[in-house]
Amino acid sequence: MTESQTPRLDRRAFVTLGVAGGAASLVAACGWDGGNAVRPRLLDISRLNDWVGEKILFSPTRLARTYTPAQRSAMLPGYFISNSVPTLENPSAWRLRVDGLVRQPLDLSLDDLMGMPRVTYTVKHHCVEGWSAIATWHGVPVSAVVQRCQPLDAARYIRFVSFDSDYSNGWDMASALHPQTILAYGMNDNPLPPAHGAPLRLYSPTKLGYKMTKYLVSLTFTDKRPGGYWEDQGYPWFAGI
Amino acid sequence: MSDGPTPPANAAPPPVRAPVRRHHWIVRVTHWATLLLVTGMIASGLQIYEAYARFGNRGGPLFPSPFDGTQFPHWTRLGGWLAGALNWHFALMWPLVTVGLLYLGYLVQSGEWRALLFRPRDVRGAIDMTRYYLRLRRDHPPQGKHNPLQKLAYTSIYLLGAVAVLTGLAIYKPVQLSWLTALFGGFQATRYWHFWIVWIFVAFTITHVILVFAVDPASFRAMLTGWYRGRFPSRD
Repeated sequence: MTESQTPRLDRRAFVTLGVAGGAASLVAACGWDGGNAVRPRLLDISRLNDWVGEKILFSPTRLARTYTPAQRSAMLPGYFISNSVPTLENPSAWRLRVDGLVRQPLDLSLDDLMGMPRVTYTVKHHCVEGWSAIATWHGVPVSAVVQRCQPLDAARYIRFVSFDSDYSNGWDMASALHPQTILAYGMNDNPLPPAHGAPLRLYSPTKLGYKMTKYLVSLTFTDKRPGGYWEDQGYPWFAGI
Repeated sequence: MSDGPTPPANAAPPPVRAPVRRHHWIVRVTHWATLLLVTGMIASGLQIYEAYARFGNRGGPLFPSPFDGTQFPHWTRLGGWLAGALNWHFALMWPLVTVGLLYLGYLVQSGEWRALLFRPRDVRGAIDMTRYYLRLRRDHPPQGKHNPLQKLAYTSIYLLGAVAVLTGLAIYKPVQLSWLTALFGGFQATRYWHFWIVWIFVAFTITHVILVFAVDPASFRAMLTGWYRGRFPSRD
């Protein structure tokens, strides 16, 4: 160890620290999002996290905890992207269209859906923003619709489309077939209110709220991963919890 | 025959403090990487926090917190908006955990954990050290590389890091890892702990930096170069 070696090492390390510290303050500065250089890399990692969430952490049989009706939250916010609550001009003409890679395309009325197997559960809703609320939901499992429409083997995703402006979501088949994934027509022992997606919405306690398409008009089975309103803007695609 | 003291036969030159090898490169790299990554995690976390700046189920009682509804200054936040912040947070979590495991692996492999882990037998020394700091005891208790209170501080921060990761996972997958979420008292309670850990980290870091520069500035250089040439060159 000679005197001349240490300072050189020192200076280099100080420069390294300076660069790193500069980068850190730049990163923290001004609500920066990473810019055009970093954003695509972050989205790549988000896709990796989707894969981990879907293939490693997601269990197709594990059920979300259920609660008693007495534990319901006093309120649960309703969200839509249109300027006002989306409503149908002619509710009785509403049909749920089921198409895409299926042997049997369907047009289901609300009565048709209510005549199919019914699921009721009281579960906790998790919003990506961080809030949570407990409510009861009534509906038909997506798996029951899948049984009727008989998707082709090539179908790996379902695209859920709404009449709330251009809101839609894409789901992987395993999440859609989870026993707690339902098309809900009721909430807290009442018909689904307009603020929560009347007449029909997707519901699942194993997903974040933004994956649960409200104001449904169609389910399209596809072999290509469909985007979605928030997903296309950068929110995680899988959003399983 | 002189009366004065005789210098030893082969007299050493005036004492030059010999540099002591203090920190392995793994320790130095993981230390500074942790600083950067935790800064990024906190900054993106504060942006995420803005989306719902309180704790508790909707319509239910809220957990007590002085930061209810607080929007942290723009310059402290990373990600620009919720989705950007989430993507930063969920990207940085990988290198952060990797760096943490690399560091812990080094501590175990090298045996250095012995100098850092607070164990039951350190309780006595911790009391002595506290008495010394409170001036209830005159002499500095004997110690190894770190005194028992330092061991306690470092051990606490490892535990805190583990809790930060576990609470993070419990918020990330509250259904798939529901047992973990339940362990921390449920989803909102877990968010609450995950948030408070930030302030403990910040307080630790401020104290840590003050102590480094007030007590032993040479240790800062040691964390950069690996060589220590300060006043406390113990190497056990």
